[in-house]
Amino acid sequence: MMSRKTLDLWVGVFVAIGFGALLFLALKVANLSPFAGANSYQINAKFDNIGGLKVRAPVKSAGVVVGRVSGIHFDNQTFEAVVAMSIESRFEFPKDTSAKILTSGLLGEQFIGLAAGGDSVNLKNGDALKITQSAVILENLISQFLYSKAADGGGDKKSDGKKQ
Amino acid sequence: MMMQRISELLRQLGAYFTGMIWRLGFAARFFILILKHSGTSFRRFHLTVREMYFTGVQSLIIIVVSGLFVGMVLGLQGYDTLVRYGSSEALGVLVALSLVRELGPVVAGLLFASRAGSAITAEIGLMKATEQLDAMEMMAVDPIARVVAPRFWAGVISMPLLAALFSAMGIFGGYLVGVRMIGVDEGSFWSQMQSAVDFDEDILNGVIKSFVFGIAITWIAVFEGYDAPPTAEGVSGATTRTVVTSSLSVLALDFVLTALMFRGN
Repeated sequence: MMSRKTLDLWVGVFVAIGFGALLFLALKVANLSPFAGANSYQINAKFDNIGGLKVRAPVKSAGVVVGRVSGIHFDNQTFEAVVAMSIESRFEFPKDTSAKILTSGLLGEQFIGLAAGGDSVNLKNGDALKITQSAVILENLISQFLYSKAADGGGDKKSDGKKQ
Repeated sequence: MMMQRISELLRQLGAYFTGMIWRLGFAARFFILILKHSGTSFRRFHLTVREMYFTGVQSLIIIVVSGLFVGMVLGLQGYDTLVRYGSSEALGVLVALSLVRELGPVVAGLLFASRAGSAITAEIGLMKATEQLDAMEMMAVDPIARVVAPRFWAGVISMPLLAALFSAMGIFGGYLVGVRMIGVDEGSFWSQMQSAVDFDEDILNGVIKSFVFGIAITWIAVFEGYDAPPTAEGVSGATTRTVVTSSLSVLALDFVLTALMFRGN
């Protein structure tokens, strides 16, 4: 039979390894995000169409992650989508910053891109962004393209009287 | 004649189900009894520590080795599939998510059931068969507080740690195969993994899963051991039942928990 001290030692090693594995998962694999909690401020933006944007999607400015989408609601008065974002406090943006919904890669996830404006007053907690641009919906894009193609093609074949 | 055989069959079916429900009720009462008597396993914590040596420390090797191999296989198979879609950099995401969400808790649970659960059942069953439990009762030592509860809590504490270790080793195995052997870019392997794996959603849910599995496995193991007929045959049957029942309940519980946690919103 093993003495109690060696036994305790082994169990201690086991528990340390187990918690080490958990720590590895938390820090290296999940990269526990620093955006949670007090060090952030909330801003809102209204979009006509958010496409496939999800809660917790990144908010980027110049390609750098500055915050995360914290909530998505539907405004029943204006029939627009209201996207709440929490931005890390150390990043401050002018009041006339604009927001765009962008897609990473051709079929990648969607995120919000912030483009800083020139105002001297910075955004505060609870402010709303005025200038927004909706997500590009692939189906709309294709149908617009087809319409313009059809219009072009039609114009060529007929006598070019009316259109031009 | 025909009627008689049918009614005999129905009677057997009824007896089988009544027995099953009776056993389930007995197991539930046994569970409450364990919780009631688990004060000792924390007041005299060295009892629990001693059992953690047998359930946790001695399962380390099997968990580490199988985690490594599962991760390496995931790395190979995942790469083979992902490279067809030109997204082999997502290998880290694939390996990490499948391990942390599902394979870590489930496979560690299955290994734990066959490695530690069967040992617990055999030990308690043999103690009962050799009348050690009765002897304890004679000495006014409650066998549930002294024998059963420490084993139960040792299993419940060990299981999440083992599952986390399994996932970590698996991710390391996937890294070895994917990055070191095949040559997936190391930076995007880790960074895509980090941006896709969420702490609350994925890792915490995996820990909750393994915790629930730990409760289910050790509960079944101690109950089967305590309930085993006090013969050599009875103990061997109980050990088999422990492995079968706890493996099945791990898989069934996994489905229920996954359905609750990841409803795909």
